[in-house]
Amino acid sequence: MSDIEHIVQIPVGPQHPALKEPESFMIDLRGEKIDAVRMRFGYNHRGIEKGCEQRSYTQDLYLVERICGICSYSHSTAFVQAVEEIAGLEVPRRALYIRTLVAELERVHSHLLWLGVAGHEIGFDTLLMYTWRDRELVMILLAQLTGNRVNYGLNTLGGVRRDITSEQLPSILKVVDSLEERTKYYIELAQTEETLRQRLANVGKLSKEDALALGAVGPTARASGVDRDTRRDDPYGAYRDVSFKVVTDNHCDVYGRTVVRLGELMEAYSIIRQLVKNMPDGPILVKAPRRIPEGEAVSRYEAPRGEDVHYVRANGTEKPERVKVRAPTLANTQAVAKMLEDGYLADLPIVIAAIDPCFSCTDRMIGINDHGSGPRRVMSWEELSRYGVDFYRRKGIDPSRITLRGGSAA
Amino acid sequence: MSETEAVKAGLEATFPQLAASVRIQRERRVWVDVPQESFPQVFEHLVKTMGFSTLCTITGLDVGADLEFIYHLAKDGGVMVNLKTRCPKGRSIRTVTPFFTGASIYERELEDLLGARVEGLPPGPRYPLPDEWPTDQHPLLKDWKPAGAPAAAAAPDAAAPAPQGETKT
Repeated sequence: MSDIEHIVQIPVGPQHPALKEPESFMIDLRGEKIDAVRMRFGYNHRGIEKGCEQRSYTQDLYLVERICGICSYSHSTAFVQAVEEIAGLEVPRRALYIRTLVAELERVHSHLLWLGVAGHEIGFDTLLMYTWRDRELVMILLAQLTGNRVNYGLNTLGGVRRDITSEQLPSILKVVDSLEERTKYYIELAQTEETLRQRLANVGKLSKEDALALGAVGPTARASGVDRDTRRDDPYGAYRDVSFKVVTDNHCDVYGRTVVRLGELMEAYSIIRQLVKNMPDGPILVKAPRRIPEGEAVSRYEAPRGEDVHYVRANGTEKPERVKVRAPTLANTQAVAKMLEDGYLADLPIVIAAIDPCFSCTDRMIGINDHGSGPRRVMSWEELSRYGVDFYRRKGIDPSRITLRGGSAA
Repeated sequence: MSETEAVKAGLEATFPQLAASVRIQRERRVWVDVPQESFPQVFEHLVKTMGFSTLCTITGLDVGADLEFIYHLAKDGGVMVNLKTRCPKGRSIRTVTPFFTGASIYERELEDLLGARVEGLPPGPRYPLPDEWPTDQHPLLKDWKPAGAPAAAAAPDAAAPAPQGETKT
């Protein structure tokens, strides 16, 4: 046998079918096992921090909301909290409750989305179809409450722009009841479905020590036994008024990350119920000045993927002096190289997906130019949904005839 | 005494010279200004002795002749210390990667976007600007302006400040 070690280099990315967003992993492969990983990021850099310095605080609110297509509300809230601290604004309690409610609904849609992606990455596409069908319930609810499926545009300096009516509250609870039943089924699935458990166990190992040293956050860290959650440790919004459990797990692998996210879904339902039950009356907004006095603040926010940190420095004008954003994925990418080391190349897609890196989501309306010279028309969400269902029905696939275990999703 | 006040008192007891520059902005938010010379001791004390086991990120700012750096350190229980220090442009700061391996990405960001020089940072790819981006163009400097269309911003003749020293690539 030759004493020369054979290492094959395989580039994965920046554009690669296994990745949902541009990033580059240069893999040193020894046989089927990964020897070393070199990562290169920055392909999505859009200069948003610089852009914030050139716009007013209100414009920035909409700009930072577009940092991420999934946890858009996380960035918007983290930013607005920092500016409100500098301006000394007392945000009304009802507004804080509405913000927290939408934050938890966002966590529900994000975690269900992740569960589907994880299923897809391990060849379990039925799970993807189930969870994304369930996720539609919360997406439609978010659209009803805020006007949008993503990028809600709900926050403004000093509160929120839209109230939640008393008629809307029961519909929130109905969706939560339905999703809770479905989540219980997924938890049972994770506990009893041996192929799922075996495919995820011991894949993408990250010890507690490494999670701490590499600065991992969110479900990635909590699945390695790190008992940290900004909602409990540095409470904001209405989290002081609700009781919830910080879900941790000691599997330190992709299975653990699945268990944590499923547990967090159950906690989110409980938080949403408490918020709906105790929703205070009163105003949803206090008047905010256009010029923000000199000062600085750091805002921490537990986004679905982990802690989101925004730093804002104000210089007394209408535009900030500096806005700094640390999204949770950046903190977690450092841990990915560790998770991949000594693992199999075939596990790479699920290991990367297990930190739940951010990617974009679609809008709820599309403009259609008919072939020929017909006028441009706009499809409403209902029309688009019906169009999609009819499209598959004509091909012989009728989703409405599918019945699911553990309660109907639709 | 709240935990936030305990952190302030702990810092002032070990570093009496900092007494005037430690302030509590609100519950769980402590801000400290330290001169560059005593930064390594204060940072090490916070991390090794006072339990600040998380580096949330490092913020860099262009404040004229100097660059300002804010190290956002957090500990279990939610208290955050924002450790601020300044360094003249063109001079180097020490890396904090011996304390936090994961800090390398934050320090590379400082190098790329502000032209900071970080001594002791292990070699690696730049972040977040593209490989072909000129090494003397740092977009977060206050007098840096993109020259018209986005594509032109990368051109070497773009309206830009004098080079701040070579950025590692």
